Amino acid sequence: MIAHAIFFYLFSFIAIVSAVMVTASKNTVHSVFFLILDFISISCLFIMIGAEFLGMIMLIVYVGAVAVLFLFVVMMLNVAQQKNQWFASEASSGHIPVGLIISTLIFFELIIVIGGWKYKPDLFDLNNSMTNFNLSNTHSIGQILYTDYIHVFQISGMILLVAMVGAIVLTFRKREGVKTQSYLKQISRERSEGVQIVDVETNKGVKIDD
Amino acid sequence: MTEIGLGHYLTLGAIIFSIGIIGIFLNRKNIIVILMSIELILLAVNINLVAFSIFLGDLAGQVFTLFILTVAAAEAAIGLAIIVVYYRNSGTIRVEEIDKLKG
Repeated sequence: MIAHAIFFYLFSFIAIVSAVMVTASKNTVHSVFFLILDFISISCLFIMIGAEFLGMIMLIVYVGAVAVLFLFVVMMLNVAQQKNQWFASEASSGHIPVGLIISTLIFFELIIVIGGWKYKPDLFDLNNSMTNFNLSNTHSIGQILYTDYIHVFQISGMILLVAMVGAIVLTFRKREGVKTQSYLKQISRERSEGVQIVDVETNKGVKIDD
Repeated sequence: MTEIGLGHYLTLGAIIFSIGIIGIFLNRKNIIVILMSIELILLAVNINLVAFSIFLGDLAGQVFTLFILTVAAAEAAIGLAIIVVYYRNSGTIRVEEIDKLKG
């Protein structure tokens, strides 16, 4: 139990420090790396608490896909010239006290809610998908994901499809002046527009204008 | 202190959520860091859902976390595509200089 507590504090300390560094580091590439560290430590916490499937999915989706996508975009766009300045100018620093006040207010509100909150008395009678401890976490998630939540699951697949199409449509660019082969044009060519048979009169020659 | 309960996880979620909001307000560098702060906020929500799901013994929270993960991935893809298009058109992604809507 004490080892569990020690590891919880270690991982949550790393998570909080790296979350601070995501917002505070001057170089955007460093921010992405701290974001990756944050995701990894949170997924370690998930695995520790007993949600192994979600921990692994977090590693695959966030670290393997989303963070690498961020890294690609940061490196593709030229944001390196602004890495030595924290804020763009002095004029925009008026947001800082407002932001600090609002976020500390939200934090203390959340802490008050956590401190003064307790379970509804009949809560445990209400929930219907209780954890079955004979099955693994992945097995039991699959059992309710593909039965009770199948429509939501398919809608989330549609969301991913729409996001993929949207991202492709947004970044697709038709370049001018690039010579490419158009198969449709080639196939739909007919003999009448390719070849022309002309009756040429003999012994008359041709005019240049023709 | 050594017994890790639901409150510990909720406090961690609250701290990361607040850091994400601070990041949105404070950052004046570029929009990519704001997107990363939004990812932090979604991560905090995921921590809360998973902690409740484990401590209540109800798997619905973990299923919802899965869907939030899906939406977060879609949001990151679309947001980064918009940023790439904006950078291609106007040559900057600094937050101050993005004022075409005059908001």
